[in-house]
Amino acid sequence: MTTHRVHVYGDHVNTDVIFPGKYTYTLKTPEDIAAHALEDLDPTFASRVQPGDVIVAGRNWGMGSSREQAVTCLKYAGVNILIAESFSGLYFRNCINQGVLPIVCAGLNTLLQTRDSIEVDVGQNLIVAAGQAFRFTPLSPSVQAIIDAGGLVPMLQMRFLGYVDGYVPAGGKE
Amino acid sequence: MTTSYTFVEKALARAAGVESARAGDILDVRPDLIFSHDNTAAIRRIFERIGAGRMSRPERVAITLDHAVPAPTTQHAQNHAEIREWVRLQGIANFFEVGRGICHQVISEEALILPGETIFGSDSHTPHFGWLGAFGMGVGRTEMAALWATGALWIRVPESMQIVLNGRLRPGVTAKDIALKIIGDRTVGGGQYRSIEFSGDALSHLSLDERAVLPNMMAEFGAMNAYMLPDQAVFNYLEARRTRDYTPLYPDADAVYADRYELCVTNLEAQVALPHQPDNVVNLSQALGQPLQQAFIGTCTNGRLEDIEAAAQVLRGHHVRCRLVVIPASSQVLLAATKSGAIATLIEAGATISTPGCGPCMGNHMGVPAPNEATISSANRNFKGRMGTADAPIYLASPYVVAASAIKGAIADPAEFLS
Repeated sequence: MTTHRVHVYGDHVNTDVIFPGKYTYTLKTPEDIAAHALEDLDPTFASRVQPGDVIVAGRNWGMGSSREQAVTCLKYAGVNILIAESFSGLYFRNCINQGVLPIVCAGLNTLLQTRDSIEVDVGQNLIVAAGQAFRFTPLSPSVQAIIDAGGLVPMLQMRFLGYVDGYVPAGGKE
Repeated sequence: MTTSYTFVEKALARAAGVESARAGDILDVRPDLIFSHDNTAAIRRIFERIGAGRMSRPERVAITLDHAVPAPTTQHAQNHAEIREWVRLQGIANFFEVGRGICHQVISEEALILPGETIFGSDSHTPHFGWLGAFGMGVGRTEMAALWATGALWIRVPESMQIVLNGRLRPGVTAKDIALKIIGDRTVGGGQYRSIEFSGDALSHLSLDERAVLPNMMAEFGAMNAYMLPDQAVFNYLEARRTRDYTPLYPDADAVYADRYELCVTNLEAQVALPHQPDNVVNLSQALGQPLQQAFIGTCTNGRLEDIEAAAQVLRGHHVRCRLVVIPASSQVLLAATKSGAIATLIEAGATISTPGCGPCMGNHMGVPAPNEATISSANRNFKGRMGTADAPIYLASPYVVAASAIKGAIADPAEFLS
C-alpha cells in the first residue's frame, strides 16, 4: 500500500490541453516536456506536482492525439499512476508502453479534490479513498508484463540487446 | 455461439494469422503498412535505444513530411533533416517530401493500403483508411518504434458499433455535417474503444472524397478504427494505382454489435461545432452571425478536391471579409484544383493558398490565430489551444460553411451563394 497525493480532473480531457501540439516536434528534454504538462488545463500543475502524485479523472481521459508526450509529460513530472473512469484507447496504450499504470476505476473524481491523498495497493487491485475501498480490474497478464518490464522499450531491449540500457523514454534526451 | 464476425474480428484475425478472433481477444497483429510523419525523428531515437539495428520490413514502411512543412523554424528543419537521413540509412522507398501532402491523403492516393488490409500510423486520424475498407488505427511513438523493430504489435480486438446512414444529403450538406451530427448526438466518448462500421444506402451517394471524412473524424468519436463497406467505386479508384492484389473483407450479416446509431440524412442541416470540443454541435442556424477573424479550409478531414471546389463554388464572384487560408491536402489535389480553375477562383476571391500539409490545424504555423481571434475551420479538432493559443476560439464546419463565413466575416449559410 502506497500513499499518493491526487490531482483531480473531469471528463473528456483532451491531449491538446495535456500537452499542446505546438511543442511536439521541438521540446526534447524530460525537464522541458514536464514543464508544459497540463498547460492549458491547469496552469499551476507543473509547479505543484511532486514525484508520486496521481492523476484522478472522469471518463475518456486523454482523448484526441496519439502524441506520447501527453503521457511522458506526466511521467517526467513523477506521475506513475493515472486513475480514470475510462481512458481513450490510444492514451491507455501509450501509458502501458511507457510503464505508467492506467487504472480504470469509477467514482473517485467526484469523491476527491486536488491535494487529497489516497492509498493504492496495485498487487491487491485496491484503492482506499476518503475511507472507502475501491476494487479495480487487473490488466491482462500479457499487458501487465509490459508494465512490469518498465514499458515497451525496456521489454524490447531485453529481446534485442539482452539487457536494459538506462532508458530515457519517448521524446527524451539522446 | 454465433459463427458470425464483425469486420474488425475478421481483419485482425487475418493480420494476426489466426483462424478467428473475437472482441476482447489480445492478438499479435502484423500490419500490411505502417507509417509516421514529422514524428519520425523522435521514433528513430526510441528505435535506436531498442538495439534492433535495421527495420524488419522497410518496404512496408511509409514516411511523409506533412505536419510542419515547409519547415517554419530551424528546429523543425533539423527535425526534417534527421528524418531524411534516417530514410537513407534504412532504405525506405515510400518517403514523401515536403509538399507531397498529408499522410492519410498521400497513402490513399498512392494505394499503399488496400481493402481488407491493416495499417498502423503514429497519427490519431489513422481510422481514415476505413474509407477503402481497411483496418486503420493510430499508435504512439514507442509503438511505432516497436513496429519498425518487430513488425508486430499487441491489439485487444475492439467491440463493434454499427452506424447506419440512410437517405440522401441535400445540396450544400456534406459528410462533414454527418460526422459532426454523430459526434454531437453521442459525444466525443460515444465510440470509445469501438470499431465503427458504417452502412446504409446514404453511403453509395457519397463521393470517395466525402466518404473519407467519416472514418477520419471517428477519431473525435473515440473510436479505434472505422470501416466502410468497399464497393465498385473504391475498386475502380484503386485499380490504376495498386501494386499488389487484395481481398476485401465484409462483416457477416448477423454479426453482433455492442451499439448502434441510425440517422436519416435527407433532412440534415449543416452543422457547426462550437468551442472547445467537437461534440459541442449545433445546427448552422443556431450559430449564424458569430464574428470571425479567420477561415481555414484544409486538413486530412476536408482538404480534398471536392472540398476546394465546394469553396470555389461558394466564393465565385465574391470577396472575403476575413482572412481565408486554403491548404490542399496533397500535391495531386493542388494540381487538380489548379487545372479545374478552383484555385484561381479562390485567389480572385481573396484567399491565400499554402503548401499541402497540415497547416495551422495543430498550431504549428501558416495561419495560427492571435489571442481572442475566432477561426472557422474545416478541420477536425477545436480543443482549447489546438491552433496555438488557448484564447482563440475555433468553430468546425464543412468547406461550404467555412467559405460562406469567409465572405461574411461571420458564420454564414452557404445556401444564398449556391443558387
